Amino acid sequence: METKKIKKSKTETNGKMSMNGIRTSQEKTVISETDEGTVLFNVPFPKELDERRLKDLENYGPIIIKQPYHINYIHSYGQDSPFFAGLANKKLLGTECEECHTKFATPRLSCTECGSKCKWIEMPQKGKIHTFTICYFGSEAFLKETPFALALIEFPGFDTCFLTRIVGVDPNEPDLDWVGMNVKAKFVRNSKFSPTDVYFVPEL
Amino acid sequence: MRSVYVVAGGISKFAKARPDKTFPAIVKESYELLLEDLGIEPRQAYELIDGTVASYFSDHFLRQLKGATMVQDYLGLCPKPSHRVEGGGATGGLSFQEGWKSIASGNMDVCLVFGFETMSHVNTWKGNEFIALASDVSFDYPVGGFYTGYYAMMVVRHMQEFGTTPEQLAHVSVKNHANAFYNPYAQKREKLSIKDVRNSPMVAWPLTRRDVCVMSDGAACVLLASEAGLKKIEKVSGKSLPKVKVTGIGRGTDAMRMADRPHKKVILLPHEKESDYKDLKYPGVHSFRAGRMASKQAYEMAKITNPLKEIDFIELHDAYTSSEIQTYEDMGLCKYGEGGNFAESGATFMPAVDYGLKLKQKPVCPVNPSGGLIACGHPVGATGLMQGVFALWQLQNSIKKHFKDDTLQVKNAKRGIIHSHAGTGTYVTVSVLEREG
Repeated sequence: METKKIKKSKTETNGKMSMNGIRTSQEKTVISETDEGTVLFNVPFPKELDERRLKDLENYGPIIIKQPYHINYIHSYGQDSPFFAGLANKKLLGTECEECHTKFATPRLSCTECGSKCKWIEMPQKGKIHTFTICYFGSEAFLKETPFALALIEFPGFDTCFLTRIVGVDPNEPDLDWVGMNVKAKFVRNSKFSPTDVYFVPEL
Repeated sequence: MRSVYVVAGGISKFAKARPDKTFPAIVKESYELLLEDLGIEPRQAYELIDGTVASYFSDHFLRQLKGATMVQDYLGLCPKPSHRVEGGGATGGLSFQEGWKSIASGNMDVCLVFGFETMSHVNTWKGNEFIALASDVSFDYPVGGFYTGYYAMMVVRHMQEFGTTPEQLAHVSVKNHANAFYNPYAQKREKLSIKDVRNSPMVAWPLTRRDVCVMSDGAACVLLASEAGLKKIEKVSGKSLPKVKVTGIGRGTDAMRMADRPHKKVILLPHEKESDYKDLKYPGVHSFRAGRMASKQAYEMAKITNPLKEIDFIELHDAYTSSEIQTYEDMGLCKYGEGGNFAESGATFMPAVDYGLKLKQKPVCPVNPSGGLIACGHPVGATGLMQGVFALWQLQNSIKKHFKDDTLQVKNAKRGIIHSHAGTGTYVTVSVLEREG
């Protein structure tokens, strides 16, 4: 398809302004239209404006407003950043409360139990499946990856769990016996600075 | 604090999509029903209403910021005060309680709480993506953000810990769909068998499509008033209105990430002992500590000491069959761990509905007589208020009038509860409604 260069709106360049900022020439006061955006199908309209026909108009169909929702967010993991740097270096980091010594397998620098500061500690890379599921459907962003196994992993000595994907189990044969399964961490080679840089596999 | 009464309610038809109306007009549909029930005109309502609370969840679904203002002006209530409340799935329950606060504090005599959601504007899987943004976007969402997946993990742990079965979950689905069969406002009115539920497409093991609520367009509203406000409304409408009082409210919270829930002691309800839960690791991911906290607070305020015996019905936030079962336990209808057996016992079913099931016991405390979220639909901001409307109609003994059928009327209902729930149990509200006299 040919791409048309949208002409710079005439009003912007040629419109004459009066003293108080109101355009004087009606003709040139138009918005420049583009061809992207709204697609409408079969818009009906009655020849006469009678009440019944206008009521019928309420029943036409949904219209589609194209608005691709793609946004590049400038994200920072802030105080949690060392965890992601750890994944990039095949290390799993958790935290420990400096006051009540609750150990968090998903790192947090402020303790949920007493509100005190937490410090970084290295985690074991082996744990057990605390619970799991197989997602056969998902959010749009993950549909192409279905079916996939999600699990919470528990670690010896830690008070909380870690959410991750399990690879190496048959997604078509989920079994309650998978709870308690020994698993170990694996890391992707090319870090994406995402929690998916680590996943877990059965430890045979 | 002053007494607060639920005076009237209105609801729109809940449907997968409502292209016939924009969201302000869907709210107006529910508001018109409320006014019609009271027998007053919008102009009279404007004179009576001191302000509003707007309940809706997602700006993403709406693709419109400040949507509440558009409803406020569509209802003809400008320049009266208003504010918007958002708290995930519990938005409706929180809004109801914010309305309560406005009256109880003396700030208003009459407060309209309206809620809506129009979820049909994106496809289901995009909608699931929007909803999953209500999980930690650094640690949870990128791993496979999907709420049914989160709830599936919770119930798998419940199954492992307590022996709960998928068939027990299916009982909740059969019950709620069959109840909704008699509710004209419900989105899915179906008589199902346990097999139908289990043979539906698997969404996230072990939850099938029939274990999970659907996305909806819809609106609901309730009118709250003080004693003085009620008198003013009665004067204008020329009717003597049944007195339904809010006798208890409670709220609780839990950590956003469900991985972050260490094992602690159970928060006990009046009828429980510490020895009941000697070996229970709590809450973990099988129980909702927020639901327990909300129940405890509301029960204390309403002086409920034995919930199963003292509550006539509950409109419970059953976004998943599993969460209804988990919530039975949080609300103390049965002990922690007994939810599965309790679900299939028959205790929470309606006496007049034929479910095609052999149930062990007679109904004690019907849960989701309306059909709940699973069958009525879950237009998030409207949901908690839908519960308020249906609970009010139960307590007014007006189900027959509104549903054109009295199958779902809980006989002699004096005390009902509405329960609203967000996230993976991150905000939960419990409100107690009682008929006076």
